[in-house]
Amino acid sequence: MTMDTVDAGMGKTVMCLLTDPEGTNLGSAMYIPQNAGPLQLTQLVNKFLDNEEMLPYSFYVSDEELLVPVGTYLEKNKVSVEKVLTIVYQQQAVFRIRPVNRCSQTIAGHEEAVLCVSFSPDGKQLASGSGDTTVRLWDLYTETPLFTCKGHKNWVLTVAWSPDAKHLVSGSKSGEICCWNPKKGELEGSPLTGHKKWITGISWEPVHLSSPCRRFVTSSKDGDARIWDITLKKSIICLSGHTLAVTCVKWGGDGIIYTGSQDCTIKMWETTQGKLIRELKGHGHWINSLALSTEYVLRTGAFDHTGRQYPPNEEKQKALERYNKAKGDAPERLVSGSDDFTMFLWEPSVSKQSKKRLTGHQQLVNHVYFSPDGKWIASASFDKSVRLWNGVTGQFVTTFRGHVGPVYQISWSADSRLLLSGSKDSTLKIWEIRTKSLKQDLPGHADEVFAVDWSPDGEKVVSGGKDRVLKLWKG
Amino acid sequence: MPQGDYIEQHRKRYGYRLDHHERLRKKEARAAHKHSTMAQKSLGIKGKMIAKKNYAEKALMKKTLKMHEESSSRRKADENVQEGAVPAYLLDREETTRAKVLSNTIKQKRKEKAGKWEVPLPKVRPVAEDEMFRVIRSGKRKTKQWKRMVTKATFVGPAFTRKPPKYERFIRPSGLRFTKAHVTHPELKCTFCLEIIGVKKNPNGPMYTSLGVMTRGTIIEVNVSELGLVTPAGKVVWGKYAQVTNNPENDGCINAVLLV
Repeated sequence: MTMDTVDAGMGKTVMCLLTDPEGTNLGSAMYIPQNAGPLQLTQLVNKFLDNEEMLPYSFYVSDEELLVPVGTYLEKNKVSVEKVLTIVYQQQAVFRIRPVNRCSQTIAGHEEAVLCVSFSPDGKQLASGSGDTTVRLWDLYTETPLFTCKGHKNWVLTVAWSPDAKHLVSGSKSGEICCWNPKKGELEGSPLTGHKKWITGISWEPVHLSSPCRRFVTSSKDGDARIWDITLKKSIICLSGHTLAVTCVKWGGDGIIYTGSQDCTIKMWETTQGKLIRELKGHGHWINSLALSTEYVLRTGAFDHTGRQYPPNEEKQKALERYNKAKGDAPERLVSGSDDFTMFLWEPSVSKQSKKRLTGHQQLVNHVYFSPDGKWIASASFDKSVRLWNGVTGQFVTTFRGHVGPVYQISWSADSRLLLSGSKDSTLKIWEIRTKSLKQDLPGHADEVFAVDWSPDGEKVVSGGKDRVLKLWKG
Repeated sequence: MPQGDYIEQHRKRYGYRLDHHERLRKKEARAAHKHSTMAQKSLGIKGKMIAKKNYAEKALMKKTLKMHEESSSRRKADENVQEGAVPAYLLDREETTRAKVLSNTIKQKRKEKAGKWEVPLPKVRPVAEDEMFRVIRSGKRKTKQWKRMVTKATFVGPAFTRKPPKYERFIRPSGLRFTKAHVTHPELKCTFCLEIIGVKKNPNGPMYTSLGVMTRGTIIEVNVSELGLVTPAGKVVWGKYAQVTNNPENDGCINAVLLV
């Protein structure tokens, strides 16, 4: 009889051990009632960590997310109650982004296909480059055109904002780079020449390494990457070494520049003298895209979801804080997507051997992107699917199918819960990471979608494509 | 012109006049003036012919001069802004041009409203019944002639089962049944082998439509999910109409053109 009352009082319990993603245990193994769900576990973790405010956590048991009470999970998977259950907890972003579901405005203005779009790191400005050789700045509050920046001689292939949102740089098909003043929409100085063929990518030096932002690196089809100084208006260093076109370039948070090229190699360069540090080999065909685990933080600099502005001297400090938080204790990770249908996960500061080879795509991988918190890797491919991989181990998680044409570009929401993909079939799709399914379908474009971007404050999504209009989507 | 070599022989025997070369040189020097007086003085058709010849020579001379001038100055080749802008990741890739999705639903809606369809083959030669069917004799004495066998290509659907042979009036031989058609997209100019979903309309009559007979000019519905077309509303288009353009019973395959 006593036994029954005890059972009825306590309910059935199971022995659990809470660990964080790096492996350290939180307390010791304890008995947790079987009707404890993620909510109760969150309270537990918050208490153990002595958090001042309730931070959201997500829980994983052997790489599968725990969405139901522990007891239901045990029954479903027939795990024995005798053994200690290891539950890994991971902190999720404190803020939650609302998924966008409607097109708030279709803004025409460009006379040729829109080739690239980019929100400024503070989320207040929007720039787009197009085949009609202009860069246009758009007002986000009235959703109308603001400035038309003329100065390029050929298609504008890439635009990039400096992480402090004070400069805008664009590269064109004729190899020129133009610097613009985003407040007035004017060309600053004359176009920077140096590259002999078209510009494939631009990347700024992170704010936590140098504030104010001065240097950026550009990659081109002619096989070199050049580091430029925007105040001196000239090319400081030329990183040559690749034998074929350099398709993408990224300035890492530890001051190393990574360049991926059509000659199947990735080269790491140090930035003071432009010397080659390491070469990462492994791919069998062109490298299309590179992504760093801390890329989102490097792009947004000192700005975060709260939208606060910082004075220049504080910017560097704040940016460094955010960078360290996003990086954690692990070294920076790099993922590269290639024409050979596979991707490689590297830890470039540790070794020149790849950590893992991510296979599964059936066509070339066009774009890879780490989630803002570095936990997931998303890859868009010409086989009409988007694949999700674990950002730390490189393990395959799931495939998002739904597009009927090659997927061109992807973009993450700032809280890493939603993923956006734009494709040749003229639709954009929003995928939810928690349920691993399609959240929202955004049709409306009349032709291929070439560029997508999610604003860092999570409010808006912009997409541009071959039909020459820019579409702004809101929640 | 001398018809023979007597002039040459004389020159070999007796040599030239003493002032021959001088006179020749001066005559050639005067040739330009002579040519110009002739050009100015000539009247009528002759004048026009001379003028035309002169003009042609002048144009050619100008071109060659310009060519020589260009090569002397070194310049970076002027890159004109081309049409069909593509982003950086598509630049080194050759891709077939896609017809705009824009044209699809709006045009279709307008056509449906009008009730008329513009088809590539508006008029087709009518096929007579005796050409379409062959009489099959049946019965113990082979006197009954109520059965007919279709002699043209047909489409029967995947769930087709024959009626009991004793009661079957129209026989559709399995050798003439087709499931796939070679459909050409009129704008992209490429051909795909697509599955037939059904026969929409045979111009020779509703009876043939219901039998599923496909002759030249028949409108069929094909499965276009391979093409990856999407309507502006975001729905995936999987069936489209196409018109048969050949005589399938003669060729052994069905060629059709997609109606966009």
